[in-house]
Amino acid sequence: MTWTSKKREELTGWLFIAPQALGFLAFVVAPLVAVVWYSFQDVNLLAGTSEFAGAGNYAKLFDDPTAPKVARATAIFCVGLVVLNLALALSLALLLNLKLRGTTVFRTVFFSPVVVTLVAWTIVWNFLLQDNGGINALLQTIGVEGPNWLRGNGTAMLSVIVVQVLKNVGLNMVLFLAALQGIPSSIMEASQLDGAGPWRRFRSVILPMISPTTLLTAIITVAGALQVFAQIQVLTLGGPADSTNVLVFYFYQQAFANHDLGYGSALAVVLFLVILVLTLLQWRMRRRWVFHES
Amino acid sequence: MSRRAKIACYAVMVVLAVPFVFPTWWMITASLLPANEVLAYPPKLFPTQPQWENYRTAFTDFPLAQQYFNSLYIAVLVTLGTMFFSSLAGYAFARIRFRGEKLFALILIGLMVPSEVTIIPLFRVVDDLGLTNTHWPLIVVPIFGAPSVLATFVMRQFFLTIPGELEEAGRLDGLSRFGLYRRVALPIAKPALAAVAIFTFLNTWNFFLEPLVYLTDKSRFTLPVALTQYVDVYGGHLWNVQLAAATTTVVPVLVVFIVAQRQFVEGLAQSGLKG
Repeated sequence: MTWTSKKREELTGWLFIAPQALGFLAFVVAPLVAVVWYSFQDVNLLAGTSEFAGAGNYAKLFDDPTAPKVARATAIFCVGLVVLNLALALSLALLLNLKLRGTTVFRTVFFSPVVVTLVAWTIVWNFLLQDNGGINALLQTIGVEGPNWLRGNGTAMLSVIVVQVLKNVGLNMVLFLAALQGIPSSIMEASQLDGAGPWRRFRSVILPMISPTTLLTAIITVAGALQVFAQIQVLTLGGPADSTNVLVFYFYQQAFANHDLGYGSALAVVLFLVILVLTLLQWRMRRRWVFHES
Repeated sequence: MSRRAKIACYAVMVVLAVPFVFPTWWMITASLLPANEVLAYPPKLFPTQPQWENYRTAFTDFPLAQQYFNSLYIAVLVTLGTMFFSSLAGYAFARIRFRGEKLFALILIGLMVPSEVTIIPLFRVVDDLGLTNTHWPLIVVPIFGAPSVLATFVMRQFFLTIPGELEEAGRLDGLSRFGLYRRVALPIAKPALAAVAIFTFLNTWNFFLEPLVYLTDKSRFTLPVALTQYVDVYGGHLWNVQLAAATTTVVPVLVVFIVAQRQFVEGLAQSGLKG
């Protein structure tokens, strides 16, 4: 390669990534820096002023009686959603991978909620889960008195989690299915010859072979779970008694309903740190439980 | 597998299928019921006299046609823009030896920055520029910002798999870098592009926080925000009309899936997302 063609490659490379790189600077890096800066400010939107508040917004976080409830709701939602989602996605993928006749129909069925617009799906469930809604009407026909799902202290969070799992589990199912189909049949046959039963094969062959996919889906699902917002806004508005008031919903309320941009920014920084720490943690743990890496 | 085990598997799948199909079924059913039968007991699982005017009401009493158009053109623009710019960047990161390659690791941080984190500063800039209540932030930010990072990642992973000989052949035919990207790499990358198209369209179609923050006029709303507005003057739910409107929003996503799904599954398999 001559000097000039090398130079040309260099320039072409930069030109190709320029739109994306500049956009990244303007819409990710700059606002990320700015939100940290805002979190140390007292922003008054009406007066159009902004003054340095030191760690005031973070101190407020520690004094805020709602904050522990938000932390609790976020943790319950994330753990519940991730465990339920991954377990169900893997179970469905294993069922569909049995290569029974008609499984494509079931695959379409389990995937279909992904196609339904998120808010539409949530509205239907809002409709079905109200006190005199479809779920309770169906329960009544078999003689069971259903609770007021979205207003009950114990049932609201459960409802939100189930609605969200059903909506998106199809995506993870497809990823797991692709991973299962990537396991060489020779390995499965060998383990069968060695006399491994179904459970043993699942533990010792399938799980290790699909562990990179499990890591990927876990990371994506955790990040997605932390961002849940529309569902809360439509289904429960954070109630009852803040039992479903998750971080992003509380953030929206503080920043855009109460117009407290400083405190909102502090909450946004917390959200970013939580996602960062969880992702890095999962990434570091991959050495322990991810069997092979490309 | 024994016959018994097979029957058990089918039984499990049928039972599991119910909560997946039932809500969509009920959405459509209820959208065709008269208002007084929506919450009737025993529940109506099939409309005996479908009330098609619920659909008309959704369009005549609310600016649904305008909101539908808003959602559609925003999603199409964002999808096309993302496909173009992320394939361009993904191509450079995968195939061109240049010093900017190292930026790739940095850009992946974008995967960890949800839009909620950056929306306050972005909102202030948009506001200062007088662009709130316009669609600009809903189009430009997703194309160039964090949401397109996953697309760039998928495209790069795919372009890495293209054998070098193919590009050599193109080079001998006198193609420039852009020519190689346009005429050699892009045509092979259809499955990856389909995956990017589906992800991006679905994401943009479902945007909720952003339009809620940036838009104030009903006629500028996108569908997800618009769908929550179906209440009468007393704040009561107009369930049948709301569910009719909700049902119509499924159509464009269905079209995108039917067009791109085959290539999407292939694209997933080949882009290294599989284990």
